[in-house]
Amino acid sequence: MILHPNILALFVSSLLVCLMVLYSSYYGIRILRSWDIKSGSELQLALERRTYLISTIVSYFLLFQLASLFLFISTADSICELFVGAMCAVGTLTVNQFGYPTLLLKLFTFLLAGFWLVLNRLDNHGYDYPLIKTKYLLLLFLTPLLLAETITQTLYFMGLKPDIITSCCGSLFSSSSRSIAAEVVNAPALPMLAGFYLSALATAAGGIWFYLKGSGGILFAALSALHFMISMVAVVSVISLYIYSIPSHHCPFCILQKEYYFIGYPIYLSILTAAITGVGAGWTARYRTIESLSEELPRMRATLILASLLSIAVLVAITSCYVFFTSFTLR
Amino acid sequence: MARSIERQRHILDFTLASILRRKGKNGALLAVYTLIIFILSSVLFFTHALRQEAQAVLQGTPEIIVQRSLTGRYQTIPLDYAETIRGIRGVISVEPRLWGYHYDGNTLANYTIVVPGEDAPPDGSIDIGSGISRVREANERDTMGFSGFDGKPRGFTVRKVISAESQLISADLIVMSEHDYRAFSGIPDNQATDLVLKVRNPREFTTIAEKIVRLLPDTRPIVRNEILRTYNALFSWRSGLIIVIFSAAALAFVIFAWDKASGLSAEERREIGILKAVGWETSDILFMKFWEGLAISLTAFLLGVSLAYMHVFFSSSFLFAPVLKGWSTLYPDFRLVPIISFGQLTATFLLTVVPYVVTTILPSWRAATIDPDAVMR
Amino acid sequence: MIRTHDISKVFNAGRPNEFTALNAVSLDISLRDVTILKGPSGSGKTTLLGILGCMARPTTGRIFLAEREITSLPERFLTDIRLKTFGFIFQQFNLIKGITALDNVMVPAFPTGEKHASLKRRALESLEMFNMGHKADSKTEWLSGGEAQRVAIARALINRPTIIIADEPTAHLDTRLSHEFMEIMATLKADGKTIIMASHDPIVYDSDLGDRIIEMRDGQVVDAGSRA
Repeated sequence: MILHPNILALFVSSLLVCLMVLYSSYYGIRILRSWDIKSGSELQLALERRTYLISTIVSYFLLFQLASLFLFISTADSICELFVGAMCAVGTLTVNQFGYPTLLLKLFTFLLAGFWLVLNRLDNHGYDYPLIKTKYLLLLFLTPLLLAETITQTLYFMGLKPDIITSCCGSLFSSSSRSIAAEVVNAPALPMLAGFYLSALATAAGGIWFYLKGSGGILFAALSALHFMISMVAVVSVISLYIYSIPSHHCPFCILQKEYYFIGYPIYLSILTAAITGVGAGWTARYRTIESLSEELPRMRATLILASLLSIAVLVAITSCYVFFTSFTLR
Repeated sequence: MARSIERQRHILDFTLASILRRKGKNGALLAVYTLIIFILSSVLFFTHALRQEAQAVLQGTPEIIVQRSLTGRYQTIPLDYAETIRGIRGVISVEPRLWGYHYDGNTLANYTIVVPGEDAPPDGSIDIGSGISRVREANERDTMGFSGFDGKPRGFTVRKVISAESQLISADLIVMSEHDYRAFSGIPDNQATDLVLKVRNPREFTTIAEKIVRLLPDTRPIVRNEILRTYNALFSWRSGLIIVIFSAAALAFVIFAWDKASGLSAEERREIGILKAVGWETSDILFMKFWEGLAISLTAFLLGVSLAYMHVFFSSSFLFAPVLKGWSTLYPDFRLVPIISFGQLTATFLLTVVPYVVTTILPSWRAATIDPDAVMR
Repeated sequence: MIRTHDISKVFNAGRPNEFTALNAVSLDISLRDVTILKGPSGSGKTTLLGILGCMARPTTGRIFLAEREITSLPERFLTDIRLKTFGFIFQQFNLIKGITALDNVMVPAFPTGEKHASLKRRALESLEMFNMGHKADSKTEWLSGGEAQRVAIARALINRPTIIIADEPTAHLDTRLSHEFMEIMATLKADGKTIIMASHDPIVYDSDLGDRIIEMRDGQVVDAGSRA
């Protein structure tokens, strides 16, 4: 095992966060069982007080998970020299089979937490806590995923022994190796770029329609989710090429580094924000009929849609700068 | 939106005033918190800077070094091995190197003697490192005496003292001509200390190393990347070990923080009761606690990290020096290049602020859910 | 109109020290009236005040404020209503120590997000209404009993409430200050405010300010009183 300070930091924070979320789940179960807004009993009052604790916990969790996501990638990048053949984080993550699953679980739990907070904010504005059951079911769904993430992260780090030969960007992403990553990169570049722009346009159009007409929420949520996946694929298969100005460098992590002006951060942040706000806005359309939310729902929906549109615009702007205003071309 | 911002502003103002009203309790917490961050950051800065320095230095080392071993120990290498190696495809050049250690009984120090490829001192002269100059009180044009492999003393005139900038590697260095060194060390004319190789394609290091071992089984090729990797792992391991030890201190801190947070004095409890009675909601109090935690954490973090920075980079880690020096009498008086990374700062954050926040969430919430009518009774 | 229908409040339900503070209390309290709750300590006056003033929820029963049912409202909604509708004056004044009188008056308005400058101005006006303007920057510890009382009343009025709730307001005041307090209440009543007071002080319940006296004992209303 590599006793690197960053790895210890990730362990400690993952463990603590797990404890926090497990604690919340325990109360989540009690809330799901005994919640009765009409009652004035002491149990009900205690449960209502407890919900404040849980929302505080999930808010902090979101922040810590973001820091942990960043540190995980950054650490994988900095220890790549310990492994022969690894040139950056991509190589380190493929040392054993737990690397990418950890990353994906971290990402997914972060998105779920963001989504939970959107629901929570909406629920708080309803005088009868209309979404309480949905919220806590979501929390119970999140918890095992978080546990899985901590376990895979532990297994990943325990399984790291320096000097293990691994595949680096070049061989992993070459057309000859058959793994998911290879397929992502083999998505032909220019058509993928066109696909990205189309998806952005469609999602934005869906958002504007939803904003103006108030209907088409589920469609917008679906489009946002799809756009999230397309953006991620696009970053790896074509956008990164423009950023690096090299037709074979597909690494999704190198764009987070200083040489490329840390452009990776705004790119990934805008993708994540667009996903959370877009799916959040669309999903909340289901609650149109709830009376206690009738005042707040349109307001929140508008904010979320605008945030989503803004994030989509930011990503399109950054991409277009690199595609149209640099001398590199794929043709 | 403007209302929410104004509301937070009010709560923040109130919180800051409230922190200042309890200087004793908050002062103690801040002091301990800052100390923890200071220690952790110092360790991280120090090891990270050392690692960078070592890496920078190692970049200048040869790509492959070939040594010879006999009975598992390191021996001088015959010069005709170089011919064999030159014949391997992909090797551009093979050069012999002459160097070795020398123990000086007077100063209880070990020196490294090196024969350079170019600009060697004339026979009878040497260049010495700043550490040696300091310890033997020798300067330019002074004469120094050393006992050779046969016990006979030999005198050398100091041509120059190597500048202090590269202290990390040159503090204990003596640079000598080949003729002088062979006479001094007793290495025969047909042998060298080791061989250094230049290779055309870096991807072939391992292949070429394997070929060398097959052709010359008593040799041990060392690839530079292996050294880099090993040093890296070693530094990480060392600093990781310190952090594990540090965790005991962190635990103490966390218990202290818990105690401070849950031990609300009667006065504080009353104050929160009044706030709730006059119209503050649970989330307002939670925000108050959040700002309080943030103010203290941020102050501790900035103070701790700044102090650590100054400690490591301006005062050469005077607190760690005794531990690091050990038996070394030639400890270089070096200044590390200041370098910090977001990775380190995030690691510090996750190891200190996160435990603090997690332990204070529950007490903060307990404080925030005090019944408003409690103050009526 | 504040209407309560069969409200009860039980503490430590199911445990050996179970205690019923209120037992099936049904009341209609008219607005713009001065209602006085009279009864010995332990009769449930304070608990009832808490429930009427949206500070606590009843264990069973229902409560309506101006035709809107507020029984099951979550805390944040209850607090919101309380902030805008009620002003509280406590037995012990309950001013925050270590800050000035002016700050004390402003504190209840912080969660509303009102701009600092305008809030400060209104707080000062409120203090001046009770001749306390010159003491605005004095720390709480330096105020005399009478001064603290007036700051407490100024604070209760900062959010322009329509209903004032006072719990044993004269308990720590001498006769002169008690009469002064009742005069201030009369002024507020003339301004159209509703006042609900709990007291076992004759100066309060025997004064002609009270429009209705409700007598309580052991958590129940023994005499619902009538408009005097």
